[in-house]
Amino acid sequence: MSETGKTETVFDRIWSFFSSVRLSVVVLVLLALTSIIGTLIPQNQTAMYYYQNYGEFILKIFSVFQLFDMYHSWWFRFLVLILAMNITVCSLERLPNVLSIVRKKPVFDAERFRRYKGAQDLTVKGNAIDRREAYVSVVSKKFGSPTVVDSEKGFTVFSERGRYTRLGVYVVHASILFLILGSLIGSLFGYEGFVNIPEGEAKAQINLRNSDKTIGLDFQVRCDDFEVTRYDNGAPKEYRSNLTIIENGKEVLKKRIIVNDPLHYKGINFFQSSFGSIPGKNLTLSFTSKASGMVYEKKIKPDETVELEENLGTFVLQGFLPSYPFMGQDLGESYIGSLSVEGKEPEQVVLPLHFAMFDKMRKGAVSVGIVNYDSSEYTGLQVTRDPGVYLVYLGFTLMIVGCYIAFFMAHQSLCVEVVQSTDNTCRVMVSGTANKNRMGMVMIIKKIASQIETA
Amino acid sequence: MNSSLVLAIVTFVYGFSAVLYISSAVFKNDKPAAIGNWVAWIAVFGNVLGFILRWIESYKVGYGHIPLSNLYESLVFFALSIAIVCLALEWKYASRYINTVAMPLAFLAMAYASLKAKAGGGEIQPLIPALKSNWLTVHVMTCFLGYAGFAVAFGISILYLGKRFFAENGKDRSDKGGFELLDELTQQTVMFGFLFLSLGIITGSVWANSAWGSYWSWDPKETWSLITWFVYAIFLHLRYVRGWDGTKIAVISIIGFIAVMITYFGVNYLPGLHSYGKP
Repeated sequence: MSETGKTETVFDRIWSFFSSVRLSVVVLVLLALTSIIGTLIPQNQTAMYYYQNYGEFILKIFSVFQLFDMYHSWWFRFLVLILAMNITVCSLERLPNVLSIVRKKPVFDAERFRRYKGAQDLTVKGNAIDRREAYVSVVSKKFGSPTVVDSEKGFTVFSERGRYTRLGVYVVHASILFLILGSLIGSLFGYEGFVNIPEGEAKAQINLRNSDKTIGLDFQVRCDDFEVTRYDNGAPKEYRSNLTIIENGKEVLKKRIIVNDPLHYKGINFFQSSFGSIPGKNLTLSFTSKASGMVYEKKIKPDETVELEENLGTFVLQGFLPSYPFMGQDLGESYIGSLSVEGKEPEQVVLPLHFAMFDKMRKGAVSVGIVNYDSSEYTGLQVTRDPGVYLVYLGFTLMIVGCYIAFFMAHQSLCVEVVQSTDNTCRVMVSGTANKNRMGMVMIIKKIASQIETA
Repeated sequence: MNSSLVLAIVTFVYGFSAVLYISSAVFKNDKPAAIGNWVAWIAVFGNVLGFILRWIESYKVGYGHIPLSNLYESLVFFALSIAIVCLALEWKYASRYINTVAMPLAFLAMAYASLKAKAGGGEIQPLIPALKSNWLTVHVMTCFLGYAGFAVAFGISILYLGKRFFAENGKDRSDKGGFELLDELTQQTVMFGFLFLSLGIITGSVWANSAWGSYWSWDPKETWSLITWFVYAIFLHLRYVRGWDGTKIAVISIIGFIAVMITYFGVNYLPGLHSYGKP
């Protein structure tokens, strides 16, 4: 055998592998079964969570199979890829045949219709020629534009409809390809993140979800006002943020957003998703001297330095952290400061909001505590960008249209044959066929037959 | 007259109709089912009335939303959807026995709703901000019409298997042509369910995208609705392309309905975005 012959066989094999409906069923079964896993194992939690709930050994095994983010794992994506190839090859394999059927001119043969299931034979009184017009109108009411063939002893009315509905299933398959492509584009070029903006502040940077990366925007979002309204029973009724988009120093867009009504700007969407309060910029701290027992209260702002009494050194308020891990525990929201005494290394001071006297444990010459702090409300916004969403929506539309055509419409053809038998009676045969829902077609034939009897 | 009372009575009317349908099958006589059909129409009327009354009541307490926002309300609508699909089939195919199992499912849904109401789940609650959208109505209605289609398909499949069982044991030779109709109706109702499940998933996706910016987040209810969709997609391929029918197709329809039940009830025990329908 020649070299080219060999490669053709391999190609043919791959082609026939992907063109089998058995493969579709197997892949769909695998997708259905494996999808269950992700509903039992909580997805995208912290490593700590998994460690505590599953232990180290199972954690390692699950990690290998990416079960903690399984819908984005290599093997799940591989299954989806196989499905996409399967759909593509199946459609390419069958579509030319179907297209040629759709394009073909219908061939009417009364002899063939006689053999179809559900064919009705009637005897009606009268002359065949007198009945012609009435019967043609019965058929055209249901089916439209019939073909009438006159014969020696009577006539035959043929009609058909819905030839193009044979394409419905390919519309559904195309819709799935659009969905897969759209979601691929979304995952490649889109992102999902969040940003917390205190009232009155503007931000131009967002944090990505499930990662510690940030993304810069080429405009700023300012939160002018945030408000929660409540029902009488205290349950939240509405979360509302007034947002302003600032580009090149100019206010370009203002919008009030609520949970089901987001802000869209330059393909980026801002959704109301949470709220909270964060400590503001004004603190009052207490400095307790171990030697004298004196307590000195001082007002301080971030990055400010204060000189302490009794030569206890200087204190700098360095910043704020949303959480602070300490001996395996989370101390929660904390300010961080630094205490320097001449001739010694500066010492770090942790000031958790919820443990005011935490610094006593350091057992230094001076212990620092929080007396009070002001806080400001912030709005929590979900930020997304998804350039694939239009393809996904196209897929959605095609899927519904395709399913409707594929399920509830059919290529149906109908034949009414009238033969004069004696001087005053005709024999009428009503028959038809459909490419699906034949039981429904039998009902249509019965209906047409009864209309013909009374026409 | 309030909605709770009307719906409590409707439960019994559905129950009565179920008894009539089942006795028809047991005594092999069409007459009880013919009466059961009328009783079911009365139940549907009461069900719609209860739904509308509850809607009005929600405005009276000042919340004002369509009653499709928690488990109790969804069960009331589920019962209504099942009954309507059953009655439509019976009307179209002029056959009494097809609803022997399916119509009692409407009773079961309504009975479960009544139990929930007794346990305090029937109270009218304000809508949480996430549910305040016009998508709520279309999403919940399409989903439950889909579920109802599958429920009726399940009822017909159970009936099919039951008849097969008795036919093979030589106890029932009365209805030889019935199998073909049941087989066909399983497919028809699955297709109806599939179209509406697809619509339900799609409207949910579009809503999610407009409410929190992502059309799919793999939360357990979403995932289970997709699993259900896969099962019925398998059903349709085996049926259309590989020509499966009869017992095999009835079994797949039953598996599909188990997935529907997990999507509807089971997922409430898993964490996720759809926590509104928790029992």
